[in-house]
Order: sequence, then structure tokens, then C-alpha cells
Amino acid sequence: MIRINVTSVFVDDQAKALAFYTDKLGFIKKNDVPLGEARWLTVVSPADPDGVELLLEPDGHPAARPFKDAIAADGIPYTSFAVDDVFAEVERLKGLGVTFTQEPTDMGPVVTAVLDDTCGNLIQIAAMKPA
Amino acid sequence: MDSNADLFKALGDATRRVILDELSAQDGQTLFEICGRLAMKHDVASTRQAISQHLAVLEGAGLVHTRRQGRYKYHHLDTAPLRAIAERWPLDRRE
Repeated sequence: MIRINVTSVFVDDQAKALAFYTDKLGFIKKNDVPLGEARWLTVVSPADPDGVELLLEPDGHPAARPFKDAIAADGIPYTSFAVDDVFAEVERLKGLGVTFTQEPTDMGPVVTAVLDDTCGNLIQIAAMKPA
Repeated sequence: MDSNADLFKALGDATRRVILDELSAQDGQTLFEICGRLAMKHDVASTRQAISQHLAVLEGAGLVHTRRQGRYKYHHLDTAPLRAIAERWPLDRRE
């Protein structure tokens, strides 16, 4: 059966991205393998270390940065991660100096917020409300 | 002729009025946040492009201002143009 084992974000600097995604967001490094001029660099959630890996992929392709700039200007997140409590997580991340373009917002069935990953992307964090 | 035609045109659309409601609730929103609120809270099925055009109409009437901060563009509510309505038809004429 086909399944999703890796997804990716385009980052402007892999070392900076690894620091942000681990030290701030709280992921842990999974794979770090030299690959050409870059690295096959992935992180996972400590809640699911054998689960889906997030690839921190260099954005060197000439089309990548104009794309990132255009969607970021409109506040559109590149991807979304799940948290238990958006309000608490935003407090924690702001304490670490993380910038948000959208404060925690009640969107009906879900609460969301949007942060700047410092690597050229906006990232949504979301929590479904209890049914 | 009507000097505030842009203002009344801008206000004469339900989606644009909901945009003003949401900016009134939380000022300074990205296009993404506005679209999310309209879709999730108000069942507005418009495309992002259509919402962007609504915002342009509101901006043309002076009811919305945009501000660039770093790489991001935020939309702010400006109710100042509404004063023209109250001045044209004052609320209290009992004097």
C-alpha cells in the first residue's frame, strides 16, 4: 500500500532551518546525510519518531524563492502542523522569539495561528476542537 | 452628483460587509486570514482572487488600508469615511 513517509519545506539555509525546527518548534533530527552540495536533512516529531519525516529542502531552484515570496506576502502558510493547544503553543513560541503573522484564531471547528519559520516560509499550527 | 459613490458601492455587498466585520473584530489581517475567516466562519465560497478584488474595492473607498511589514501585507480597517454618512444624515435632528 502506498503511504506518505516524507514531506518537505523549501528552506533558504539548512543549518538555520535545522536550528529553528528543532530548538524552537521542538522537532528532533532524524536523518542527516550528505547529498551532492546539500544534505538529506529530515526532522520528526518526538511524539512520533518513526512517523512522517519533514525534509528541510534547499530552495536553490530559481522558481522556488519567487513562489515563496508571493505566497508569504498574502500570508499563506506553506504547510500546517498539529498541536494540542494553539494558544499555549503560541505563548511558548513567542517566548522563544518566534514571529506570528496570524494570532490564534477561532475558525469554527479548528483554532489556527500562522508563524514565520525564518527560512522564507509561513507555517500554520492548528488544533481541532473537541467534538 | 453623489460625492460618495465609491463608499456606497463598497458597502453595498454582503461579502464586503462581512470583511469589514472581521477586520473590526481583529484589525491587521493577511489575505490568508481574511479568506480563512470568510470560508470557515461565514461559509463564503468565493475564491481568494475574488476576496482580493473585494479588498481592492474597500481600499478604493478608503475603508481598508494595506500595510507592508517585512515580507507580509496586512489589511487594516478605517472607519473614517463612514463619518460622511453621519454628517449627511445626522442621527439626532431633534434640536
